[in-house]
Amino acid sequence: MRKLRENPALLSLIIAVSAALFGYWLLRNPSSTLAFLLTLGTLLAAFLQPIPRWLKVLIGGAILLLVLPVAGFKNSFLFELGIQTGIYAAMALGLNVVVGLAGLLDLGYAAFFAVGAYTWAIFGSSQANHFMPWKIFPLPGAYFYLFMLVAVVMAAITGVIIGSPALRLKGDYLAIVTLGLGEMVRVLANNLDHPINITNGPQGITPIQRPPIDWFIAIFDKFGIHMSRVEAYPLFFYLLVLVIIGIVTLVNINLDRSRFGRAWIAIREDEIAARAMGIPLLPTKLLAFATGASFSGAMGALFAAKQLYVSPESFTLIQSIMILVMVILGGMGSIPGAILGAATVTILNVDLLKTASDYLNDLRNAGFTLDLGFFKYNFANLPNQLEPAKYERMVFGLILILMMIYRPEGILPERRHVMEMKEEG
Amino acid sequence: MLDVLIQLLPSVLLEGLILGFVYAMIALGYTMVYGVLELINFAHSEIFMSGAIAGAETFILLKGVVPNAFLLLTLAVLIGGGVAAVVAILVERLAYRPLRKRGTTNRLVPLITAIGVSFFLQDLARLIEGLWHNAFYRRYPTFEVFEKSYTIPNWIGYLVILATLVIFFWVAVYFFDWLYKSIARTPKGLSPRARWYLAAALTVLFAIFYRTIIFTDLGMTIQMKSILVIVVSFAMLYGLNWLVHKTKLGIAIRAVAQDMQTAALMGIDPDTIISRTFLIGGFLGGVAGVLFGLLYTLVHPYVGFIPGIKAFTAAVLGGIGNITGAAVGGLVLGMLEMLGGTYLTFLTNGAMGTEYKDILAFAILIFILLFRPQGIIGQQLGEKV
Repeated sequence: MRKLRENPALLSLIIAVSAALFGYWLLRNPSSTLAFLLTLGTLLAAFLQPIPRWLKVLIGGAILLLVLPVAGFKNSFLFELGIQTGIYAAMALGLNVVVGLAGLLDLGYAAFFAVGAYTWAIFGSSQANHFMPWKIFPLPGAYFYLFMLVAVVMAAITGVIIGSPALRLKGDYLAIVTLGLGEMVRVLANNLDHPINITNGPQGITPIQRPPIDWFIAIFDKFGIHMSRVEAYPLFFYLLVLVIIGIVTLVNINLDRSRFGRAWIAIREDEIAARAMGIPLLPTKLLAFATGASFSGAMGALFAAKQLYVSPESFTLIQSIMILVMVILGGMGSIPGAILGAATVTILNVDLLKTASDYLNDLRNAGFTLDLGFFKYNFANLPNQLEPAKYERMVFGLILILMMIYRPEGILPERRHVMEMKEEG
Repeated sequence: MLDVLIQLLPSVLLEGLILGFVYAMIALGYTMVYGVLELINFAHSEIFMSGAIAGAETFILLKGVVPNAFLLLTLAVLIGGGVAAVVAILVERLAYRPLRKRGTTNRLVPLITAIGVSFFLQDLARLIEGLWHNAFYRRYPTFEVFEKSYTIPNWIGYLVILATLVIFFWVAVYFFDWLYKSIARTPKGLSPRARWYLAAALTVLFAIFYRTIIFTDLGMTIQMKSILVIVVSFAMLYGLNWLVHKTKLGIAIRAVAQDMQTAALMGIDPDTIISRTFLIGGFLGGVAGVLFGLLYTLVHPYVGFIPGIKAFTAAVLGGIGNITGAAVGGLVLGMLEMLGGTYLTFLTNGAMGTEYKDILAFAILIFILLFRPQGIIGQQLGEKV
C-alpha cells in the first residue's frame, strides 16, 4: 500500500481503470447493489488518494453526473438513494457545525428539519387555507425556491428560540434539553390540528406542490432526450441536491476558516479559556446553533417537495440520532467525514438493511433448507420478526458504541480532533 | 368548574404520587451513576425497560405455577430487578469501562456511548422478544387481588385539599409580596412567618366560603396494586438510604463519588465500587419497571424512553447526585405532571389535552436547569477550571 502511495501514476491508473470498470458494470446492471457500492468506493478512493486534481474532478464528475443518472433511469431507486444521501449529507454538515465545530451535543436536530418541511408543506398545500384569511393556497410551485429561503430563516429563528434557554447549559444537560425540545416540536406538530388546524396533526399534509420543471425538460429536449414529468422529477431533485451540497460544503469550508469557526473551536476546546480570550459565549453558540439549523431547514423544505407528504412521524428522535451517527462516523468536525458518514448511513439504512430483509424473506418464503450434515435448518421456520430493516436502532447504537471505543475521532478525522482524542486525561 | 377542580384534586395527587414513586426509583439509578461517574447514563431507561419485560415474562410464565399472587409479585420484582442489574453491570463493563481505561478528556465521548447503548439495548430486547414470541409487546396479566379497590376516608381528602390550598395561597402571597417589593422598590415586605399566616388565613376564608364544594363526598378509591407500588418503592427507598449511609459499601460508594483517586489510595477499588453502583441502580430501575408494568399493563422494548427522561428530570429537579433529592424530585414531578395533565384539559376546554403533559415535564426541566441548577435539595457547586 505504501509503495502504491509513492507511485501516483500507477495509483491514478488503477483508480481510473476501476472507476471505468465499475461504472460500466453499474450501467449494464443498474440494480446490482455490489456494483453500486464498488462505484461509490472508487469515488471515495479517488478523493482520498494523492492523485492529480483534474483526475479527481473527472472521475467525480463522470460518476456523479453521468453514471448515476443514466443508471438511475433504469433503476429509479438509485435516484432515491442519491437524493436521500444528499439531504442527509447537508444535514450532517449542518449538525457538524454544532457538534463538530462548537462541541454542543444537539439531540433535537430533527426539529429544525421539521420546521423547514412544515414551512413549505403548509403553504405549498391547501393546508394554509385552514387558518389564513386569503384562500389562495396552495401557492404555485415556483414559490418553492422562495420558501426554501423562508425555511432557512424559520429554522434559524427556531434555533435561536430553542438555543437561548438551552445553550446556557453545558455538556450533558444541553444534550438532554435539546432532546426534550426536539420532542416538543414533534408533539406540537402532532397536536396543532386543534383548536386551529395548522399542521393537520398525525395525518400529516399532502399533496404538496413541487417546483415546476418544464424548463428543465425543455433543456433536455433540445439535446434529444425526452422525459416525462414523472421521470424528470427524480433527476431534477438529484441535480438540485448536488448543487445544494456543493453550496453547503463551500459555506462550511469558509465557516470553518472564518472568525466564527475559530471561535467555535475555541469554545469546544475550553469554554472558560475562550471566554477569557473575549469570545462572547452565548451569542457565538447561538450562531452555531442557528447556522446548523438553517441547513436543516432548507433540506426540510426540499424533503417536503420531494416526498409530497409530511407527517410528524418523519421527525422523531431516531432521525436526530441518525444524523448524529453520520457526524460521529465520519469524524466530528470533518467536512468530508460528514458527507461520507451520511452516504454510509443512508446506504446502510435505505439499501443494505432492506436488501438483507428481502433476502431473508425470500429464503423464508422459498422454504430453503440449510443442511450442513450435523446441522439442519429450514428457513421457513425463521421468525418473521427477524427483519434487519427494522433494527436500525441496533445498528446505529452499535456504530456509536464501537466508534467511541475504538475510533472516537471518526473515519476521516479532523486534524485537531485526533490530537484531542488521543490526549491522556 | 371550580367544584370539579377542587374535588378532583386528592385523586389526581394520589395518582401523581403513585407515578412519582416509580419515577423516584428510576431517578435513583441516574443519580447514583451521576454521583460516581458524572455521566448521564442514557441507557438507564433501557435498564428499566429490561426489568419491566423480565417481570412480564415472569408473570406470564409462572402465572399458573405459583398459586399466590403476592408471592408471584415478589418473584417478579426479584427477577425483574435481577435482570436489570445484570444488564446494568454488563453495560458498565462492556461500554463504559473501556472508555474510562483509555481516559479521554472529551466529555462528549461517554455521553455518545451512553446514547448508543440505549438504542442498542432497545432493539436487542426487541430481537430477543421477537425471536422468542414472534411479537415484542408483552402484557402483564391481571389479578383480581391487585385490581380490587379500597375506599379512602373523606377526611384524608379534605386534609389534602386544605394543604394544597395553603401551598397555593402561599405561592400567591409570595408572588404579590415580590411584586409589591419590586414596584415600591423597597426591601420591606412580609416576613416568612407572616406569609404562612396569611396563606393559612386565606385558606380558612376560602374553605368557609366554598364549604359546600369542599366538604362533600369525594369518593376516593385506591387499587391494591397502587398500594403495592407505594409499599414496595417505599421499602426500596428506605433500604437504599440505609445501604448508602450505614453500610461499608455505602461509605465506599460515597467515597468514590467524592474523589475517586483518594478513595483508591484508601484501599477502595473504584472499578468494583462503580460496578456495585450500577448493580444497585439497575436493580432499583428493574423493580421500578415491574411496578410500572403492574400499573400500566403494556410493556415493550421502547417503553423506557419517556419514563426514563421523566425520571432524569426528577433527578435534576431534586438535585442530581443527591439520593433524597431524587426521591423528592420524583414525587414532585409525578404530582405536577398529573395535575398539569388533568387540569390543562379543563382549563383550555379540551383544546390542549393530556398529550401536552410531556411538554410540561420538559418545561420544568429547562426551568430548573436555568434558575436552580442545583435542584430543590442540593448545594451549588463551583465551576471546575
